[in-house]
Amino acid sequence: MRLIGYGFRRHATYWAAAAAGAFTNTVFGILRAYVLIALWQARPGLGGYGVVEAVTFCFLTQAYIGPMQVFGGGLDLPQRIRTGDVALDLVRPASLQLWSLSEDLGRAAYLFVARSVPPALVGALLFGIVLPPGPATWAAFMVSFVLGVVVSFGWRYLVALATCWVIDDRGLSVLSMILTTFFSGLMLPLVIFPGWLGTLARALPWSAMVQVPADVYLGKTPVAGALAFQAFWAAVLLGAGALATAAARRKVVIQGG
Amino acid sequence: MVRTYLLLVWAWTRAAAQYPVSFALMTVGGFVASGLDVAVIWVIFTNTTSLGGFDLGEVMFLYGTACLSFAMADLLFGNVDRISQHIRAGTFDTMLIRPVSPFVQIATERFVPHRIGKVIQAAAVLVFALARLDVSDGRAWMIPVMIASGTVIFTALWALGGAAQFLLTDAPEVANAFTYGGATLMQYPLSVYGGELVRGVTYVLPLAFVNWQPGLYVLDREDPFGLPYWLRFLSPAAAAAMALVAALAWRTGIRHYRSTGS
Amino acid sequence: MIEVDRLGRTFKVRGTVTHAVQDLSFGVEAGEFVGYLGPNGAGKSTTIKMLTGILAPTSGRLRVAGLDPSRRRTALARKIGVVFGQRTTLWWDLPLKDSFELIRLLYKVDRGAFRRRLDELCALLDIGDFLATPVRQLSLGQRMRGDITAALLHDPPILVLDEPTIGLDVVSKAGVRDFLRRLNAENGTTILLTTHDLGDVERLCRRVMLIDHGRLAFDGTVADLRAIVPGEASIEEAVTHLYLSSRRSPRTPPPRPAQDPPSVTA
Repeated sequence: MRLIGYGFRRHATYWAAAAAGAFTNTVFGILRAYVLIALWQARPGLGGYGVVEAVTFCFLTQAYIGPMQVFGGGLDLPQRIRTGDVALDLVRPASLQLWSLSEDLGRAAYLFVARSVPPALVGALLFGIVLPPGPATWAAFMVSFVLGVVVSFGWRYLVALATCWVIDDRGLSVLSMILTTFFSGLMLPLVIFPGWLGTLARALPWSAMVQVPADVYLGKTPVAGALAFQAFWAAVLLGAGALATAAARRKVVIQGG
Repeated sequence: MVRTYLLLVWAWTRAAAQYPVSFALMTVGGFVASGLDVAVIWVIFTNTTSLGGFDLGEVMFLYGTACLSFAMADLLFGNVDRISQHIRAGTFDTMLIRPVSPFVQIATERFVPHRIGKVIQAAAVLVFALARLDVSDGRAWMIPVMIASGTVIFTALWALGGAAQFLLTDAPEVANAFTYGGATLMQYPLSVYGGELVRGVTYVLPLAFVNWQPGLYVLDREDPFGLPYWLRFLSPAAAAAMALVAALAWRTGIRHYRSTGS
Repeated sequence: MIEVDRLGRTFKVRGTVTHAVQDLSFGVEAGEFVGYLGPNGAGKSTTIKMLTGILAPTSGRLRVAGLDPSRRRTALARKIGVVFGQRTTLWWDLPLKDSFELIRLLYKVDRGAFRRRLDELCALLDIGDFLATPVRQLSLGQRMRGDITAALLHDPPILVLDEPTIGLDVVSKAGVRDFLRRLNAENGTTILLTTHDLGDVERLCRRVMLIDHGRLAFDGTVADLRAIVPGEASIEEAVTHLYLSSRRSPRTPPPRPAQDPPSVTA
């Protein structure tokens, strides 16, 4: 808990960057909203969403970009692996993975305030967005949101640790960004993806970051099933992360890099 | 200045070519990453046959021309958005003590030819669109004109964003909202946006001249917003005006540059 | 070579105005070797940045090699070499020789002259062994010699060095000093050097300028500097004396122009 607070305060010092990020998210939110409005005017009720719901979806996804780090990054780990400082982290008594997760949750909490709320407010003012029907949905959404951040962390942590084995990590981060932006629902709601592509996209872990929390917010999906889906992917990714950490410790600490 | 630019680009390309695997991966990465936008358009058109009154071929044409201009500007001058990194790291000081315009130096610094991946992707989309459309020979001349003008407009936008970073060293992302945001805006027919926004990008920040106005001429379409017909031929003038404003802003930015640290 | 007349530079930081340099006047003749001293934050780096065209002055007149640095930056760049001790002007992950090649392109030095000049500098600074090594793998001493070479490839008549010996070991320091002395003596290059190392000043500079609180506090020969403290004072004692006395009275009037006999106004 203290670590979460530390992560929050550490990122709070970069308020100018967060404000700029919020501005950018808002601008892109507006542009995407227009495109979705045009689509939903051509096809009312598409994917079970109304126009206002589609616009809401659009601003929700923009609001997730900061906390979920949809474009990747957010962790110091690759930098520390490149400089070799990771050896110090791996021999600490605390688990590197839990340590990073706490800090990441703190970062996400701060960015939720700084980067998620402003685009949502602007969206509400310019286009009007829908609110969850009641406190139960709000609560479910907050749980789903946190689970989304954990899934996002699980994935980014794996990508970051891969820097231990891959020589050029830039290619990997580009690949991760492509997968995440496309299959999370950031660019378009996954509900309008056609046929098998839609089925596949909705089953993959990235949908737990954007599409599922948005559907919980909009009340478009049974809450229990959605949270279970997110928890499943969180567990799988964190488990894989733990295995990868053990392997990294063997490689870095025992073999000496 | 052009010669120096080319020499520097060539020197950095040779440096990048020493890591061929990385180079190839990044080129493919750029190709695929920008291909995502096409995937989005494709998904949209699996759900509808027309967006904002334009069909798939026309949307792809507008997308292809906007992206080709943007990708060219990005390839040639996109590095300019790293200026705040250079300012913070103090390397901008180094550029100022050299006998070459800092704009050319930043644009070529670590020039990465893999951005060519985006150019190829955009060109492929444009070819696909032109194959679906039936553009009359009498109107096709506008296509190279609009791509050249668009490249200048986006380059000017990069330069303006770069100049703004002299003031906003802590928040270079604000400039991104205009450069990448501008590119994203132009990927769709402007008819999907609100009238205010469209007038803004016609008369204030003339992005509409990248592909929309000349595109209406090539596609031989009515202007959905009823703006004057002659605007379609003004792309080169808009590009020249943007370039002039950007050059002035850049010079002002450098005059107000405050070197940091010791 | 360098004419500075009532030069001033102010910075505004959140409403408060600081005078980094104020009312600074001095001249440097061709072939001089001048040490430019001052405590941290005195305005040394700001002066150097104005002389090299990186910063525009807020007041006063400035000419370097007959040019106004901030307005004729690119023309001036061909006439001066600049070395920053705290940061490199080389490209971090390129081999040294590739950095030199880029500099050749930037300065449009023709291939023949470049090769001759590089061979000469290689021999004098002993950098031949690590020309193929990426800059990030060089030791500080090697990197500094690389930086000095890079600053001289276009054969400038003026060389400005900002703390070139900072962090160097005894042997590297001696090598750099020896080279600078020869460059000044044999080539006639005008050299302006800022440093905290008074050994540099003692062994190299005929003339010393000392800046404090943005103003010139001393301008004269090393012997004059020693003479301001009675008895057989070391240069350290003299400089300490000046730093402390100017701290007591920060509003010292500017000294007479540099061409006049040395003066102390602290």
